[in-house]
Amino acid sequence: MDSENEYNSSQMSDDGFMEDSDVDMDDGECLLFAAVLSESDFEVEEEDDVGFETQDKDIKPTKHAYEVDFNVFSPADIHAQQDKQIAETSSILEQPPEATAILLRHSRWNKEKLVEAYLERREEVLEEAGLGEEVQKHPPKVMKVPGFVCDICCDDDEDMETFAMKCGHRFCVDCYKRYLRTKIKDEGEAARIRCPGDKCNRIVDSKSLDLLLPPDLRDRYNELINRTYVDDKENLKWCPAPNCVYAVDCKIKDRELMRIVPTVHCNCGHYFCFGCTLNDHQPAPCALVKKWMKKCEDDSETANWISANTKECPKCHSTIEKNGGCNHMTCRKCRNEFCWMCMGVWSEHGTAWYNCNRYEEKSGHDARDAQARSRQSLERYLHYYNRYANHEQSAKLDKDIYLKTEKKMTQLQNSTGMSWIEVQFLDAASQALQQCRQTLKWTYAFAYYLARNNLTEIFEDNQKDLEMAVENLSEMFEKPIDQLKGLKRDMLDKTAYCNKRRIILLDDTATNLKDGEFSCAFGMMGFNVTLP
Amino acid sequence: MALPKRIIKETERLMAEPVKGISAVPHEDNLRYFDVTIEGPEQSPYEGGVFKLELFLPDDYPMTPPKIRFLTKIYHPNIDRLGRICLDVLKGNWSPALQIRTILLSIQALLGAPNPDDPLANDVAQKWKEDQNAAIETARQWTREHAKP
Repeated sequence: MDSENEYNSSQMSDDGFMEDSDVDMDDGECLLFAAVLSESDFEVEEEDDVGFETQDKDIKPTKHAYEVDFNVFSPADIHAQQDKQIAETSSILEQPPEATAILLRHSRWNKEKLVEAYLERREEVLEEAGLGEEVQKHPPKVMKVPGFVCDICCDDDEDMETFAMKCGHRFCVDCYKRYLRTKIKDEGEAARIRCPGDKCNRIVDSKSLDLLLPPDLRDRYNELINRTYVDDKENLKWCPAPNCVYAVDCKIKDRELMRIVPTVHCNCGHYFCFGCTLNDHQPAPCALVKKWMKKCEDDSETANWISANTKECPKCHSTIEKNGGCNHMTCRKCRNEFCWMCMGVWSEHGTAWYNCNRYEEKSGHDARDAQARSRQSLERYLHYYNRYANHEQSAKLDKDIYLKTEKKMTQLQNSTGMSWIEVQFLDAASQALQQCRQTLKWTYAFAYYLARNNLTEIFEDNQKDLEMAVENLSEMFEKPIDQLKGLKRDMLDKTAYCNKRRIILLDDTATNLKDGEFSCAFGMMGFNVTLP
Repeated sequence: MALPKRIIKETERLMAEPVKGISAVPHEDNLRYFDVTIEGPEQSPYEGGVFKLELFLPDDYPMTPPKIRFLTKIYHPNIDRLGRICLDVLKGNWSPALQIRTILLSIQALLGAPNPDDPLANDVAQKWKEDQNAAIETARQWTREHAKP
């Protein structure tokens, strides 16, 4: 998150520098940014020292409790990593690189495990990986075999070129190619394509692929191979944004996800949670997000409505909605007669027909209790859900407004003589709004599951502060275009404030989450209990 | 589209050297669509029954497996109510070197050796595990009722 702010703000300060070159940049137009910058930049420097110590400048400095270390890799990086590992392992195993690649992929890139297993039971490992017992240096080759009939196409042409790996399952080259095409194009396989022969577990090695793969399949093949590498590695995940080619490396383990919300920022600009690859959902932990989404998606709302608006027959528990008539109920299913008011048995009413005066009777007490609880829980849920949905909706609206504003930014430039750079504050404001709304949205889902205590109150104060800041900024955003110029300073101010409130909220929540200070309204925080 | 040589050869061979207890006849108007019958294997609850199946060879056959489905009702843990079959060679373990003949033999073998640990029809599989004798009896009864020769 913060890196984005930094990025924006530093960019903006540069912009400011250009626009107001006669004014001292730090004190002039960019004072607001200075506030953000001084905080974040200062900490960056601090963290840089750590970076030097670890000799790894790729590690992102951790500034806030809610941030995690991660690296973003391009397809070329991923390829290079694989090659490096293959080369290293190849020299240990004394196997050619192609075979090593197959072995590594087969062992899901667990180098240590592979080397250990290989040293202990070489033949077995080779066999399992589809390399057979002898991996000799005879390069695979295409050849013509007199009298050969291809088992796949049934062709027996004398001039037909054929191919077989060491397993001896020979097919014509055309069929082999078609087979590879089906596997790669249709089935998306790459690292573990088996020999087309029946029950043959031999894996088509990269030398054979080099020989057979049509050029138009090569790119796809390499892409898939890269993909299996990322898929196999626990600490690597693809950025889920459409058309994004980057993978993210993050060391957060699954079991840590209850206490850490590892939001990462891909080079493509997408923020996502490394744990569940959903869009950024800080401050709520993954498990809770999952529960919440399920609760919102499935019929739980309907179920809640039912329990709040209907009662159950005290005898057979059929659900009954009373839509008129008197309180003397006769269950249509079990013929049980009871009083709708007190839920007690009707015969106990004595002669007080149609005038329930037995409210305190035990038989009705329990039924009413359950009813009240379910109503309360529905109201509670709706309270949080409405706010959650509201922020989701508002974020969309803000985005729409921004898209419109973008046009107006051009108009603003024309009418007021402001430069393109000078109107960028709207962009910053829009981004801040959306990001803050995203966070706010999830604070409500989070709060729904929180048990009430002092921490919850602090959390809600933070939430309130951020919400107010966001609403103020959002309001300005909707102002007519001719007023925007006058509001620039104010908007920049509010944007910075929003971002700051957001950081405070996330930081605070993440710290408490990490320390296990929160407790869940429905059991222990850890969220492995069954939540409603 | 012209019928690939492979399909012609396979069909010819199916006609010329039929497998015992199995028949597969292509439709005249669609040579990729076969009417199949499989006799229940001896010593199995399906013994004495003749099961009808439909078989279709998709465009990319033999790169992809044929599509096969039981038309006769059958009580079997690996065959569901719609007649779909859970068999490895029809899915991930398909090899283009396999043929209609071999696949049908595999299905016949599946009738002889139900595998309730890898079920498609969960209710049947459960019954099979809980009370195998009762399940086998049901399978016999269904065979008598639905798979009349």
